[in-house]
Amino acid sequence: MRYAMAIDTKKCVGCNDCVVACQIENKVPEGFCRDWVVEAVSGTYPNLELEYRSERCHHCANAPCVRCCPTGSSHIVEGGIVLVDHDKCIGCGACIASCPYDARYPHPDGYVDKCTFCIHKVRKGEQPACVSVCPTNCLYFGDLDDPNSEVSKKIKERKYKRLKTEAGTDPQLYFLI
Amino acid sequence: MEEELIISGRMNDRVDPTLNIWHWEIPFYLFVGGLAAGILFFAAFYYLNGKEKDYPTAVKIAPMFTPFLLILGLIALFLDLNHKLYFWRLYTTIRLESPMSWGAWTLMVVTPLSFIWSAIHLKEVFPKWDWKFEVINKLEQFFINHKKHLAWLMAVFAVLLGIYTGVLLRAFNARPLWNTSILGPLFLASGLSAGAAVVVLLTKNELERKLFSKIDIIIIVAELFFIIHMFMGLLASTQVQIEAAQLFLDGPYTLPFWIFVVFLGMLVPALLEFLELRGQRIPAVIPVALILMGNVMLRFVIVYAGQASRYLY
Repeated sequence: MRYAMAIDTKKCVGCNDCVVACQIENKVPEGFCRDWVVEAVSGTYPNLELEYRSERCHHCANAPCVRCCPTGSSHIVEGGIVLVDHDKCIGCGACIASCPYDARYPHPDGYVDKCTFCIHKVRKGEQPACVSVCPTNCLYFGDLDDPNSEVSKKIKERKYKRLKTEAGTDPQLYFLI
Repeated sequence: MEEELIISGRMNDRVDPTLNIWHWEIPFYLFVGGLAAGILFFAAFYYLNGKEKDYPTAVKIAPMFTPFLLILGLIALFLDLNHKLYFWRLYTTIRLESPMSWGAWTLMVVTPLSFIWSAIHLKEVFPKWDWKFEVINKLEQFFINHKKHLAWLMAVFAVLLGIYTGVLLRAFNARPLWNTSILGPLFLASGLSAGAAVVVLLTKNELERKLFSKIDIIIIVAELFFIIHMFMGLLASTQVQIEAAQLFLDGPYTLPFWIFVVFLGMLVPALLEFLELRGQRIPAVIPVALILMGNVMLRFVIVYAGQASRYLY
């Protein structure tokens, strides 16, 4: 089992609904976010391109945050989901410094926090909060090892990119382009 | 290379707009840790070489500062933690992949060693010293009997501590500036140079002062070599690493690095120590203060600039 998320950058309108849904679902403290929307403009005038990307923890297969955590608080569970055990975290910041995606933040309660792919919902067979609220259905979540899952199909039929692959982290967020 | 203009909705405190997760506590700890490692290494090295009588400051007096340095470093590390009361979690796991984990365990060995080493020399340095309790006298005798083992352990763990201060940063491949193996040897050399400088300052023995001045000059040359190597490595690497090097070559950290670390912290004190060895009269406190200042600045600049360096989208 290998959980992954595909984000259709052609369908995303940058409404930030995923961000709000995540904040409510996971009680993310005010002023912080586990997921966010990036607006990226590229090209040379007048041939400019605008891309919306809903981003979050990339649940890397080779996760530097897990490697450098001194207490074993950052760990990988079923389906390759990267989690932080709040009771083991000492808040040293090593994982924050090691994440090329800057996906982690220090929670005001002291521990380090980040996207969990809503594992509490996934375990019940539900979709992550961001996926279930998306008004344009541009987020797809599922098992990459299952060829019939929506994620697998999308990745097969569409062109995609992954971010900062040169950091060697093997990220599991696929941006359909 | 294609340019991208990024507007992000993310605004996490201490992460955006640039990473500032580590403040003064970490570079301060890296400095005192490196300094303590340097002092303890020389103490163990010259004791094992049978030079205890020739170089009493290096073997007996300078190490007495290390328990205080290490405690200050540990306090700084504690202050840096966000989840402070969970610090003991460091010692319920051993994670070989995490440099911070083996750093924590190294400190767990080095700190008591520095206390014991200082304690067994107290009577020699302060002849009127009295432990008052017979148990402590027995314990002292036990450690004196095993001084050679202590020294070996101290030499090994001092080197580990010195290297670890650099390897800690090297482990974070998300920060291109830190992601270079030369940081380990560079920080070790820097710690040894600071340790030698402290011996130069404290000693009243002409022979010892000359030896440690010479050691300091040699280590500074090695450090300069490592720094040149660091830039050669960064500049011959990927775009993100080239941009990381630019922070020091044509960026916000250029002045602090070249003026305070390289010029005032290495070249000037090395020259002053060289002139002194040639017979010029130069107060020892000047080169020593400059070396220590350069040491502190090196850690601050590397820690802060590393947090400013990042991967592109």
